[in-house]
Amino acid sequence: MSKNQVSRRQFLSYTLTGVGGFMAAGMLMPMVRFAVDPVLQAKAESDFIPTPQKVSEITEVPTRVDFKFEQQDAWYTSEVTGTAWVYLDDKGEIVALSPVCKHLGCVVDWNTDKANPDKFYCPCHGGLYTKDGTNVPGTPPVAPLDVYPYKEKDGFLYLGKAKPKKEA
Amino acid sequence: MLNKIYDWVDERLDITPLWRDIADHEVPEHVNPAHHFSAFVYCFGGLTFFVTVIQILSGMFLTMYYVPDIKNAWESVYYLQNHVAFGQIVRGMHHWGASLVIVMMFLHTLRVFFQGAYKKPRELNWVVGVLIFFVMLALGLTGYLLPWDMKALFATKVTMQIIESTPLIGTYLKTLIAGDPDIVGAQTITRFFAIHVFFLPAALFGLMAAHFVMIRKQGISGPL
Repeated sequence: MSKNQVSRRQFLSYTLTGVGGFMAAGMLMPMVRFAVDPVLQAKAESDFIPTPQKVSEITEVPTRVDFKFEQQDAWYTSEVTGTAWVYLDDKGEIVALSPVCKHLGCVVDWNTDKANPDKFYCPCHGGLYTKDGTNVPGTPPVAPLDVYPYKEKDGFLYLGKAKPKKEA
Repeated sequence: MLNKIYDWVDERLDITPLWRDIADHEVPEHVNPAHHFSAFVYCFGGLTFFVTVIQILSGMFLTMYYVPDIKNAWESVYYLQNHVAFGQIVRGMHHWGASLVIVMMFLHTLRVFFQGAYKKPRELNWVVGVLIFFVMLALGLTGYLLPWDMKALFATKVTMQIIESTPLIGTYLKTLIAGDPDIVGAQTITRFFAIHVFFLPAALFGLMAAHFVMIRKQGISGPL
């Protein structure tokens, strides 16, 4: 006999707690896994989406490019329209900017504010961005416009998922 | 650790008498399967309660994905069963548990009936038990429509014909329950969902509370 004797009461209470816990876990485990599934769903590799914009027709003036793609939302599939502002920079490289303002998510337009020509302008709170997407200090936005990664395929522009601009 | 937390709360709120009153009482010998194996028949009531708890929990989790709408109901059920982890298990628990509740409740009723445990002073508890039985049947009936497949639709059409055959008020009753005099459709599924998920469970909780309070008040019936 060891020094720490387990009393009958203790033994029963441990066994009952153990069995009860096992049963509760068996019941709750599938339900909890079921509930947290959206968090654990493997994210689909973000594909490059084709746009109707021919690469050869991109100029140095930002142009609005609308592109449609299929969005899968659980059991609901719908066609969603995305938008990008596309132009060639000084080095002749393609730049595709997201139109979503970094202040509160309105949609910016190119060159629509007469007081500030050649800027991206947000009509909601007067946010301004220079042509390369950098936010103008003193206006509401706190970060530059997001940038789409792009690809050229069969002469057309393909866009990926917009990412925040890296440089400060 | 747990003991310390318990003591801390108990010192302030004196919770020991609360749970002692609920949990700390001897199981009479004639009810204890350890003494007489045939006493397992006394487990059916508790098993009914256990399956009911599973039904409530699995039902709560199912509503995270389910949509009570003619366009989305079937699609959402298909999605939660085939594309969500453990969806088949959770829906299976609710589906099979629904039948199991009825079986357990029936066995419990048989035991009470054949042992004459419903006799004075326990008549009221028998009445409440029968009301619980009806609520459970109604839960089964309303839940049957929710997957919105062919079986669900036609079962509910039959239900509506049965309701319509009520003398005098049949047509009104049918419209009240289906939400439309002719169609089993958009309004039927939303009504059945509301009844299945809010109204009947509320009634069930009240009745179960009354059922259990009366058992504790009167004690279990004596040996045969």
